[in-house]
Parts: sequence; C-alpha cells; structure tokens
Amino acid sequence: MISLTRSEAKLVLKELKSWMKPEKVSSSLATFPSSAEIVSEPLGVVLVISAWNYPILLSLNPLIGAIVAGNAVVLKPSEISPATSSLLATLIHEYLDNSAIRVVEGAVAETTALLEQKWDKIMYTGNGKVGRIVMSAAAKHLTPVILELGGKCPVIIDSDINLEVATRRIVVGKWGSNNGQACIAPDYIITEKSNAPKVVESFKSTLEKFYGKDPFESKDLSRIVNSNHFARLSNMLDDEKVCDKIVHGGQRDEKHLMIAPTLIQDAPMDSLVMSDEIFGPLLPIISVDKIDESFELINSRAKPLAAYLFTSDKKLEEKFVKSISAGGLLVNDTCLHLTISSLPFGGVGDSGIGAYHGKFSFDIFSHKKAVLRRSFGGDLSARYPPYTPRKQQFLKSLLALDILGILLVLIGWTKN
Amino acid sequence: MEEVEKLRDTFRRGTTRSAKWRKGQLTSLLKLLTQNEIEICKALQQDLGKHHIEAYRDEVGLLVKSIKHALKNLNQWMAPVKAGVPLVAFPTSAALVPEPLGNVLIFSSWNYPFGLSLEPLVGALAAGNTAVVKPSETSPASSSLLAKLIPMYLDNKAIIVVEGGVVVCEQLLQRKWDLIFFTGNPKIGRLVMTAAAKHLTPVVLELGGKSPAVVDTLSSYRDRKVASARMVSAKWGSCNGQACAAVDYVLIDEKFASTWIVTLKSTLKTFYGDDPKQSNAISRIVNKHHYLRLKSLLADPRVSNSVVHGGGVDDDNMYIEPTILLDPPLDSEIMTEEIFGPLLPIITLKRIEESIEFINSRPKPLCLYVFTSRSALADKIVVETSSGSVTVNDATVQYAVDSLPFGGVGQSGFGRYHGKFSFDTFSHTKPILCRGFMFEVYSRYPPWNGSKLNFIKSVYAFNYWKLVLHLLGFGSSATT
Repeated sequence: MISLTRSEAKLVLKELKSWMKPEKVSSSLATFPSSAEIVSEPLGVVLVISAWNYPILLSLNPLIGAIVAGNAVVLKPSEISPATSSLLATLIHEYLDNSAIRVVEGAVAETTALLEQKWDKIMYTGNGKVGRIVMSAAAKHLTPVILELGGKCPVIIDSDINLEVATRRIVVGKWGSNNGQACIAPDYIITEKSNAPKVVESFKSTLEKFYGKDPFESKDLSRIVNSNHFARLSNMLDDEKVCDKIVHGGQRDEKHLMIAPTLIQDAPMDSLVMSDEIFGPLLPIISVDKIDESFELINSRAKPLAAYLFTSDKKLEEKFVKSISAGGLLVNDTCLHLTISSLPFGGVGDSGIGAYHGKFSFDIFSHKKAVLRRSFGGDLSARYPPYTPRKQQFLKSLLALDILGILLVLIGWTKN
Repeated sequence: MEEVEKLRDTFRRGTTRSAKWRKGQLTSLLKLLTQNEIEICKALQQDLGKHHIEAYRDEVGLLVKSIKHALKNLNQWMAPVKAGVPLVAFPTSAALVPEPLGNVLIFSSWNYPFGLSLEPLVGALAAGNTAVVKPSETSPASSSLLAKLIPMYLDNKAIIVVEGGVVVCEQLLQRKWDLIFFTGNPKIGRLVMTAAAKHLTPVVLELGGKSPAVVDTLSSYRDRKVASARMVSAKWGSCNGQACAAVDYVLIDEKFASTWIVTLKSTLKTFYGDDPKQSNAISRIVNKHHYLRLKSLLADPRVSNSVVHGGGVDDDNMYIEPTILLDPPLDSEIMTEEIFGPLLPIITLKRIEESIEFINSRPKPLCLYVFTSRSALADKIVVETSSGSVTVNDATVQYAVDSLPFGGVGQSGFGRYHGKFSFDTFSHTKPILCRGFMFEVYSRYPPWNGSKLNFIKSVYAFNYWKLVLHLLGFGSSATT
C-alpha cells in the first residue's frame, strides 16, 4: 500500500505539467470568430476524511490529488487506527508545507466541528451512514462531495475455469487484503450449484497453502481492527440462519481479535451476512441453478463498488460488462483495478459518488473553467433588437449551422 | 407518483440503453421543438413577455442545436474508451464504459422554462436514463405546454413531466433517484442536496450569483459600440436580466465610467426606442413577488440616489425601466444579493486591475465577463480569479458553445453540462479490467517474505530490471 501511494506520487510528478495546461477546444460557428479553452483551477481548501482500514493509502492518495490540483488540504485520519493517525500527523508536519497542508486528529467531535466549516470540496472514505451525514453537512454550504463507500462486492465463478488460479486470486483479494476489511474485497461468491463443492474444496486447499493448517499461527493475516468490529462479525456468525452453514473456519479468538477465514455455504439472503457489508474474513458462497441468474441477483441489490467475474466464456464476460452496474468491473482477478491509475476508482449508487486516482484525482479536485475569447470584430446585428423576421431567419440558420442559409440572409435573401 | 415507480421498471428492463432508443427519443424531441415552435414561443410570451426572436435565440434554437450535436456525436460518446495498462499487469486489457445512471430527476427554472428543462433532458436521454422533468410552476403556461407535448412525442414509459409546486417537489425529493439535476437558487439548492444526501444521490446544482463584467477603458468608438451592444443584450436582452448568466454589475475605471454610461444609454435607445415600455423586445418581470423584490432594491435612498438612467417603476404593469446605477453603496442589497432583473449597478475603481481583488473578495460567480482590447488583462483575470466561466469581449454566448462545460463553482453551484459534458454528467464511467488465467506471479500471494516485498516494490516503481531479476530468482535487496 505504501508502494502504491509512491507509485501514484511518481505518476503525478511526471504528468502534472501536461494536466495543468489549458485544454483548447473548438468553438462553434455561432460565436465565430472566437477561441475556447478549458482551464483547470484549484477549488480552494479541501477536507479529506480518511478510513482506518488503509490509513496511509486512503489518506495520502486523496492528498496527492488535492495537492496536485493546487488546493490547500486538511486531512482527518481515522481515530480507529491511532498509531497511523499520529504518525501521519507527525510526518506531514515534518515534510509538507504547514501553511497549506494540515492534519487534524480526532474522533466524532472533531469531525463534526470540521464539517461545520465551509470547504470547497469534501472527500470522505468510509461507510454509507457517515456518508449521509457528511453530504448533509456539505449541503449547508453547497460544498461538492466525493463519497468513497463500499458495499457487497460480488464474485461470480463460472464452471470450466482454472479454479486453482481463480481461488488464489480471490483469497488474496479477500483475506490477503487486510483480512477482508477492504472496501473492494470480495464480499460473497455466486456459483452454479454443481460447481459449489469444487469451489469450496479449492478455497480450503488455497487457504491452507497460504495460511497453514492453523490460521491463528499465521503472521500473514491482519487482525480485526477492534472489539466493536469483532462483535459485529461474531453476530453475523451467531445468526441462527447461518450457524449450520459454516463449511470451513468459524473459529474465534476474542482476546487477539482473530477470526479464522470462514466459508459459509448457501446463507439465506435475509441473513445478516448477506444483507450487510461483511468487511471481515467471512465469505458466503451462494449457489444458483444457472450462472446467468447471478446477474439478476446482483442487480436486485444495491450497486457495489466492485464486481468480479471468473470465466473463460467471452459471451458471459460481455453480458457481465453490459448488465452489471458497479463502481468498477474486473474479470478474472480481484482488487487489481485499484492499482491501475488509468482507471477511475469510485462508486456508483450506494457505493459512492465521484472517482479518483491518477488524472481523475486531478480532475475531481479541480474546477474546469470554461474560457471563451472573442474580439470586437464579427458582430452580428441579428442578435440584437429591434427584432425583425429577417433576423429570426438568420438566427435559425446560424444555430442550425446552415451556412447556405446564413449567406442568403447576409446578402439580403430570405430562404424559405 | 406511481408513474415514477414505473420508470424504474422501464430502466430495469434495459429499454433505454440502446443507441436506437436514445436516438429515437432525441429525434422526437427535435420534432417536438420544430413542430411546436409557435406554440412554445406563445407560452414564453404569456409567462415572460419574451419576444419570439429572443425565445427562438435562447430556447428553441439553442435546443435544436444541442439535439443535433448530440445525435451527431452519440455513437462516439457511447463507445468504450480503451485505457492504458502498465506492462507489469500484462496480460490485461482495460476500458472505460459509459453506462446510464438510472432514473434521474430534473428540476427546471422559470426564466428559461424550455431551455432549462430540455437541455438537461437531452443529456439524460443521450446517456440512456429514464427521467422525470419538473418544470417551474412560476411559468405556468410553459409548464403545462411541456406536460402536454412531452407525452405526445416521447416514450411515456421512460420520460414524464410532473407539474406542481412546493408540495410536489417535496414528494419527489423523498424518493430515491440516481441523479438530481437542479437549476435555481442556492436556498432551494441546499434543500435539494440535503434531501439527496438521505439516499446518497449525486446532485448537479446549477445556481447563479452576481456575475460581474469588467470593462477596461476602450479607446475605439467602434469597440465601445460592439461591447455595449453585447452587454445590453446580455442584460436586458436576456429575459430582462432574469438569467443566471446575465451581467449582474459592471466594474470599471472611474475615468471611463461616464463614457461607458453614455454608450450604454445610446445602445438602449437603439434597441428599445425612447420609451422601452413600448418595446416588444424586452421581457417583463415574471411576477409580483419578483417585481416587489426588485422595487425594494431601489427603495434604499442611498441606492435610488445613485440611479443615472431609468429608475421608473409602474405598479400596474409590474414594469421597471432599464436602470443604470453609478456606485450604489457596496453594503446595499443591490450589491449583496443577486439582482435577477433590469437593474445594472456600475462600480468604479481607481485602476481596473483592482477588479480582481473585488471579485475574489465575493462568492465565486457563475460567469465572469471581461471587455478589453488588452489580452494581458484578460489573461490576468482568467488566471487570478475563479468563476464558472470567463468570457472575453462578449456575454452569455458561452452558453451556446457545445465544447465548453457550463456550470458553477463555489456558491454558483457544481457539476457541468452541455454537449459531451451533459452525456458524462448523466453517465457512470465504468472501468473494466480483464485478465487471463495465464502468467501467474506467485509473489502476489502469501506466505509473505522479504523477496516478495521487493517484488511488489519493483512492480509499483515500474522497475522492470528488478522485476526480471526477481522472476529469474534473484531477489535483490530492497533499496527503493
């Protein structure tokens, strides 16, 4: 994650000059003679509220965007990752221009106080509940917002694929991404009934390869961030609708805030684990009769931040791209789209508003100012009163880009 | 309101996604405008006293132009755009696919009841959305004409007009939308955004503000004539100043002010005759509420003393003369509130460069106009101030340029539209990344060790030399 931030910083250093250049655009015949351009200008002072799960990445990536677009920034790291929060406060103070970039540490009270201020943009990464509070607060000052939220990111696994590679890529995207505590981590699997046992077996063997027989011994799994989240996840496991559906894992160690990688087969749709975003090491596997049904299943729910498909079938892939609406789609892998700076990263519907990364960060932290330049020549009296039918005919031709019509009116003939 | 629910079903069925449907609707909308031009202009005459030519120039004609532009470019807009992928991700392909957002709500405004309803609708349809249009009840003839015509020409299962006032707006705002596009004032804008926040709905707010015109000393008589014609047209010729892009006030060098006032007066006379009240080329004030609001701006004696032209009011006809004021106090309402009417304050400065500080000390305007023959002054203003747009040596015409985004910043709103920008605003740009099952790099996976860390560092640094070494089994120690 640190490298990912560094890679973003290097990219913007390289591209900054070309991004900042005004973009010449063609102007229309209706305003001839004129020249038009779009100038990117900083919005002003922006507030970045970051999340606890990737406290460095989700603080510094937005910060890079805000700085590269020329804004002053206040960064509010999450108090739920206190060590990182205080490290950011120290380091940013040491390395960056304190008159323009500040870190404000704190919890709800501090965030509320920050949200009462007037900002030129607010970027929030976190959950929908707080997202609503942020947007309502922003409305008071007519401040535009970027909301990077989450949602239940589905993974469709088709039959007849290289299941070993697929599960490996899902496991690393799920348990290998902060133990499932990532906004783009796979939330649940959809596969055909006949394929489900194979999928479960494949997960079991990959999990063992990665984390050993006893995952609590592995140093490669992040722990659950705090006891609140541990309790929330425990609730999902204790839900009577799923407790008999656990086919792998399920062990908990409250003292060390560890939950083993857990597979839940055919959890009912109204169970907690299938109605809320999981954000942890539990993975429900839902089976459908035919793989096409998975599209309907996904579309009947809130739009996710990411949707994944594993298939070798080009037709299925096309259908997936066409019919699934999500912040981003990734075929035959998980999470990697986050690392590609030529792709906008952001949600749609319940998974958020606005997208960033690379040039998209520059754009979203800039105002695109339209600039139209004219000279005093080429003035058309047809625009001005007193209005006559001839003037109307001329305007019609002009707006319809009917050059013949324009010429006819100019030489005194009216075209019918 | 059950109709609104039906739109969602239409969208779910996917009808609106095809290029054919989108083009069909845009073509019908074009027909709606061309076949009903007279009736539309009549409604505008009734609601606002807009002259037929002004109505055509600012509403029907502009819409026809926008629809043709959308029809011509739609295939290109809809096409997925390939995105570059770094070599380290090989073999991978990436693309950006625009997709419709879903069901959108368009709140229009009374001053350009057709333009501000249908220009956003063009974007919504081009992008493949279903839409509800809520015209303003303040222009009732236009609102009911839209409600009559749209069902005759457009797909009723996908586009509906909902008429009504505050109660209807509140009902609409309680629902979940995929985008709300609002044109109006900041007060209502806040309410719209607060309601949208409950459903995490993105909003576009097209607001207004006090759009200034900086007038540099123009030494050529001809330049003055042209500049003055353009300014008068952008003030009194644009719905009689009741336009979000109209010139709100003028900033000018004190030594040039009197010359400029003489020029404006002469243009007013050419355009509207000796008694502008008799002219049919000037729109009227929309209603009593706005008439009284504008009259009260003049009631302040400090303000009425600053009138240098016009100033006459007629309660019976809700008429206010084209009025020019010289240096009304900066703390008077006419200089703190958006005017939205036929009053034009002229504020004098010692040096025209002071206009930059003047503008920057106030909320960001929707439009900024500069009249100058010195391109250095224009450049300086472009760079040192912030506004939705800057137009040099003309006013309001930027609205007609499809290649320029139209929208505000700060207090003048956010989000942009027109041309391709409308399409983008009403679309979600969905990134797609496709990979194969070949070429597995095991360093991506746990159990973690030092060599895998070096690998990941090299990937993000695009350090291909180190990557090759790593793949060959030489894990060099991490230094970057």
